[in-house]
Amino acid sequence: MAGSTLTIKDLHVAIEGKEILKGVNLEIKGGEIHAIMGPNGTGKSTLSSAIMGHPKYEVTSGSITLDDQNVLEMEVDERAQAGLFLAMQYPSEINGVTNADFLRSAINARRGEGNEISLMKFIRQMDKQMEFLEMDLDMAQRYLNEGFSGGEKKRNEILQLMMLEPKIAILDEIDSGLDIDALKVVSKGVNQMRGENFGCLIITHYQRLLDYITPDHVHVMMQGRVVKSGGPELAQRLEAEGYDWIKQELGIEDETVGQEA
Amino acid sequence: MTTEIKLPFDEAFVSSFSQETNEPAWFAELRLKALEQFEQLSMPKPDKTKIEKWNFTQFQQHTVKSQAYSSLAELPEEVKALVDVDASNQNLYIQRNQTPAYLKLSDELKNKGVIFTDIFTAAKEHGDILKKYYMTQATNADEHKLTALHAALVNGGVFVYIPKNVEIAEPIQAVFVQDDLEANLFNHVIVVADDNSSLTYVENYISTVEESNALANILTEVVANTNARVQYGAVDNLAKGITSYINRRGVAGRDSQIDWAIGSMNEGNTIFENTTNLLGDGSVADTKMVVVGRGEQTQNFTTKVVHFGKHTQGNILKHGVVKESATTIFNGIGLIEHGASKSDAQQTSRVLMLSEKARGDANPILLIEEDDVTAGHAASVGRVDPLQLYYLMSRGIPQSEAERLVIHGFLAPVVNQLPIEKVKTQLTEVIERKVR
Repeated sequence: MAGSTLTIKDLHVAIEGKEILKGVNLEIKGGEIHAIMGPNGTGKSTLSSAIMGHPKYEVTSGSITLDDQNVLEMEVDERAQAGLFLAMQYPSEINGVTNADFLRSAINARRGEGNEISLMKFIRQMDKQMEFLEMDLDMAQRYLNEGFSGGEKKRNEILQLMMLEPKIAILDEIDSGLDIDALKVVSKGVNQMRGENFGCLIITHYQRLLDYITPDHVHVMMQGRVVKSGGPELAQRLEAEGYDWIKQELGIEDETVGQEA
Repeated sequence: MTTEIKLPFDEAFVSSFSQETNEPAWFAELRLKALEQFEQLSMPKPDKTKIEKWNFTQFQQHTVKSQAYSSLAELPEEVKALVDVDASNQNLYIQRNQTPAYLKLSDELKNKGVIFTDIFTAAKEHGDILKKYYMTQATNADEHKLTALHAALVNGGVFVYIPKNVEIAEPIQAVFVQDDLEANLFNHVIVVADDNSSLTYVENYISTVEESNALANILTEVVANTNARVQYGAVDNLAKGITSYINRRGVAGRDSQIDWAIGSMNEGNTIFENTTNLLGDGSVADTKMVVVGRGEQTQNFTTKVVHFGKHTQGNILKHGVVKESATTIFNGIGLIEHGASKSDAQQTSRVLMLSEKARGDANPILLIEEDDVTAGHAASVGRVDPLQLYYLMSRGIPQSEAERLVIHGFLAPVVNQLPIEKVKTQLTEVIERKVR
């Protein structure tokens, strides 16, 4: 079988008792790139956090499965080990832990005891990917995300993606705050990963990113649900016409679910 | 009011001990005087920790006699790890419980007039120099009950003297091994750097016993004379159950500098004091410390820099991790005396608590009696950020490993700045064991 399949069924998620996702259905297969678009506050980031297992988000009903495994029963680290990856909108800064030590721990955690990656091989791989992403090699020895600019943080998320080679990756607003050069580099990294063993869910406000990473499927989220799905042409129409036509079509007045995105 | 404490060792015992060890008269007299003073003095009062119920005075054995080590190959593995067994040009003292068990001082240093020997030999052979510094400048026997008790019962330690204009590149190391449950450490360390001299001194306190109810009452005096430089590194690693009073004091002369690099990794209850008195104009004190508290232990660390001279500079940087049900209190004091103009007192204390039951406190205190100075402090006490753990775990790192990374990360910025490579490596290893 080529690639894995992430299946989300009727997902309801609450934060601090307030329901944000109200029945999301989505299937992402290996080899496919999906984009979720939508205005601020419609639940896009909540979806990504719920898939990864963020401690503040509570899944109240529905299911998430990766192939035949129940993702909702897994701890956060087990989800990653199973093959999920989330490039975060706001990556944490961790003082005193170098980027290289962190990545090596992450790789070794997946490989398991007795099968650790050799230091030389690790350094070669990391150098190679950093060069590909046009990153300063010094960043390997800097503390994880500490003092990184917005663009450096996003590149660093893609570096992790490339080093960890997940089955399904979710990119949560990887394009926000990026200038056009950084955007091109980030897209180059994602396109490099493309292949039948890699599925990807891109969450974005902007069509701009999709000029560089062509999605197979485009979904629009409003009011905590996927309200419209289509091909790449949907993203282009959104770029040209905005979201109002969808709201009119569906009779939606306020698309948000009452929280900041 | 002082409560009556009956000591297990009386005047007759102390006198006969002095005789047995052939101590010079001044040393024996100092003991007896201190024993007498003990009665009138009160206990020290570390800020924010009640020590009334701690046992600092009741114990069975004053001296444990142990075999010396005929070679480094005989050392227990955990001690071997601390020393450079293969080094040819080593300056090393190892004390086993109370017995001077190994001593090596290179001919090069001997020829330069460097003194490096156990405290009793120093009293006999270098009495004049020792007398000048022994509890006269940095500490006094009559400060409180524990300093008096220490002076009366000193049972080990080391004396280091670097003559004028002698600069030593290689570290001088002392290792104090406790491998007997009954061994109580009344250790006295004196490091004197005379004018224009410099040295790096590294010491280890290590228990090879798992648990003991012994006592440690350790006094250290560092004297940096004019334009001298002392780098002082210590890794304390005494066993669970050992109640420690550890006081390391420095006196800095004109244009001198004392750097402290201390890792406090004791497993028992500990009262720790580190004070540097900046007497001379232009003198500098730099104190860096890392602490790991775990189990049920309570520890109190007071680090203090007192500015007497003009243009003096004091820095304190402390990071502590508190696990399980342990308590760690950090008191940092910068005191600028009247007349110490153009001085600068800085301190940073940070405590990271890893469990619901862990307790931490950081109290920065600045006492300033002079107008024309600068001073600053930063302190924080917090718990591990769940979002940091989430981020690390989202890359497949299990929670325990994620916590380990965060703890290392919290201590690393201090450990990496420690000026002594050896202390850095040793500490990293001890921390690794303790936070696993």
